[in-house]
Amino acid sequence: MKKIILLIYCLCIFNSPAIALVEVDITRGNLDPLPIAVSPLYIEPGSKDVKQNDKIIKNIGEEIAKVIETNFRRSGLFNPLKKDSFVQNPDIAHAKPRFEDWRLIKAQALVTGKVTVTENKLRTEFRLWDVIAAKEMVALAFSTTPDNWRRVAHIISDKIYQRLTGEEGYFDTRIIYVSETGEKTQRIKKLAIMDQDGANIKYLTLGNELVLTPRFSPKNQLVTYLSYFKNLPRVYLLDIETGVQEVAGDFPGMTFAPRFSPDGEKIIMSFAKDGNSDIYTMDLKTRVVEKITDHTSIDTSPSYSPDGKFICFNSDRSGLQQIYVMRSDGSNVKRITFGKGLYGTPVWSPRGDLIAFTKVHKGKFYIGVMRPDGTGERLLTENFYQEAPSWSPNGRVLIFYRETKSDSEGKGFSAKLWSIDLTGYNERLIETETDGSDPSWSSLLSK
Amino acid sequence: MTKNLILSLVFHSVMIILTALSLPFMMRAPIDLPPILSVDLIQITDKTSIPYAAKATKILEKIKKEEERLVSEQAPPTEKKKEKPDKIPLPDDLDKEKKEIVKKKQNPKEVKETIRQASEFEKKELFDPNQIAALIDKSKEESAETLKKNKKLTQSSVKNSFTNALTLSQEDALKAQIFGCWSLPLGLPYQENLMVRIKLKLKPDGTVLRTEILDHARMNQPGQGFYKVLAESALRAIRICQPLRVPPTGYEKWKDLQLNFDANEMLKG
Repeated sequence: MKKIILLIYCLCIFNSPAIALVEVDITRGNLDPLPIAVSPLYIEPGSKDVKQNDKIIKNIGEEIAKVIETNFRRSGLFNPLKKDSFVQNPDIAHAKPRFEDWRLIKAQALVTGKVTVTENKLRTEFRLWDVIAAKEMVALAFSTTPDNWRRVAHIISDKIYQRLTGEEGYFDTRIIYVSETGEKTQRIKKLAIMDQDGANIKYLTLGNELVLTPRFSPKNQLVTYLSYFKNLPRVYLLDIETGVQEVAGDFPGMTFAPRFSPDGEKIIMSFAKDGNSDIYTMDLKTRVVEKITDHTSIDTSPSYSPDGKFICFNSDRSGLQQIYVMRSDGSNVKRITFGKGLYGTPVWSPRGDLIAFTKVHKGKFYIGVMRPDGTGERLLTENFYQEAPSWSPNGRVLIFYRETKSDSEGKGFSAKLWSIDLTGYNERLIETETDGSDPSWSSLLSK
Repeated sequence: MTKNLILSLVFHSVMIILTALSLPFMMRAPIDLPPILSVDLIQITDKTSIPYAAKATKILEKIKKEEERLVSEQAPPTEKKKEKPDKIPLPDDLDKEKKEIVKKKQNPKEVKETIRQASEFEKKELFDPNQIAALIDKSKEESAETLKKNKKLTQSSVKNSFTNALTLSQEDALKAQIFGCWSLPLGLPYQENLMVRIKLKLKPDGTVLRTEILDHARMNQPGQGFYKVLAESALRAIRICQPLRVPPTGYEKWKDLQLNFDANEMLKG
């Protein structure tokens, strides 16, 4: 009897209609940059002023906040709010923000911090707050020498960027490029290096020889580039720390378009002889040279995939310059571009999901991206002349250079560095002391 | 005995005759009535028109242009004229049209999404009374597809149309409210599944009592750091928006609510 009652009970339970959960799909949102308040960093009483290049920086806390703000604004993902509207003092905000006050100015995230400067030490701590949830999201502290304060600002920017977007930042990085001065017909080209925001520019060569296509090694200490030393174009290696320079490989002809492998142990480049150019690799330890392509056409601009298993390059083997992908041993060559126009300078994204390229069609130059199988081509920017894209370490932003039209005498000519993100909307000029071309982005310095 | 038997036979015969006459199938052929179709015609109010940012407007215009092109491919005006007003396109015909579009594109997956998107946003604008049956059939197909998709995601919960608890206008008002509050993190990886499901417990006035991220375990999985960012942005949107625009009645129906924040369409375009 008990079993029957239990059975009836169970049947009643399972047959009774469950209260259905109401679901609503939210498929639209606000694409505006995230409003973020960067409070000036509070300076601990008794701290000393920071000296840099014989210049005294009095309010280091405010300067660090400015660098962070500029980084965020340039990223296109954040909207740093004006300081005039801040109602809470930096020291109190750092201890415990009054979230209602920050909500009033529409901030969704808040950055606060504290700086302590002693004789030869700069200690910086920061906190990132979720204003809406009224909770701390991340808190870190760094110690370094006072003249390194800009790097600290970039590292803080990276940490906040990572916490708010879920992907690695790209602010604590450098850019190497070719600095150009003089008339168009008599350009003086030097190797230059700077922070990604254009600060701390240093020149690595004197400008006696023409230099082109500098590229960072993955560990950022070495740079490979093309130099016309004694009018012979060859690939060189330069150690940034020591300044030591050497020729990469003893090739009986012209070598060009160098790039490091993802592990930094090889250089891949083109070697031209008798009107034909093929792709070669050179092991930096053993100096063993290996021929990767063997074709009667011009194969150049090789770039490794981040896992090192594939290489993309451009070749005119089909009659027109197109992009090809092959295995790193040179086998299984496949053409991936079939669109109208010419495709060149392919560069594999550090994420591995895209290849950036320059396209020339009907006299216009485009910077675009596509998947490694050639599908999903997207042209990000169009101009009179632009080329040589290089990826930020997180694979979200591209840096390239753009030249302006000049008259028959070469007047009005300029070459500038530009960056654009994958949306194609956030295009920005990178300020440099001189004209610039052939930029290359380093990997994260603090990694 | 014989008398009783005769009486029984008579009464039974009468009963059989009466039963036969009263049964409907013996009387006449049934009237073939078409099924009753309920169509909810709604007025798009200002509440449903969300003020997008300049950048978003550009993206939406671009999407809209693509949708218009796709919709025109599906039902070109010249073909409309030739069709009889009461013609109902067969599901096979719709499939054929879809396949034709897919062939023209490089990425079949993207095209599929775009077609679905077009149906959602263009439905009201392209409303044609002559093609009402076709539209209903199509919407049935779509809802079946959506149901299938959601069944995969939520095995325990029953997908239920929100119209059971709210009218379409009320649902639109709630959606529009949340659209305005949700700041999408723009750095999310496009190739990942960018959907987060949040279960809410609401008060009768629309304020949020409790929130629960349904796929919480995904946050701690390697390579899913972006999911935490996405979930946090959704939670922020709910907090900014509350009290939610819920109807004054029917609290029992909507006190437990699941919001599916889906950034796929916006970010993948």
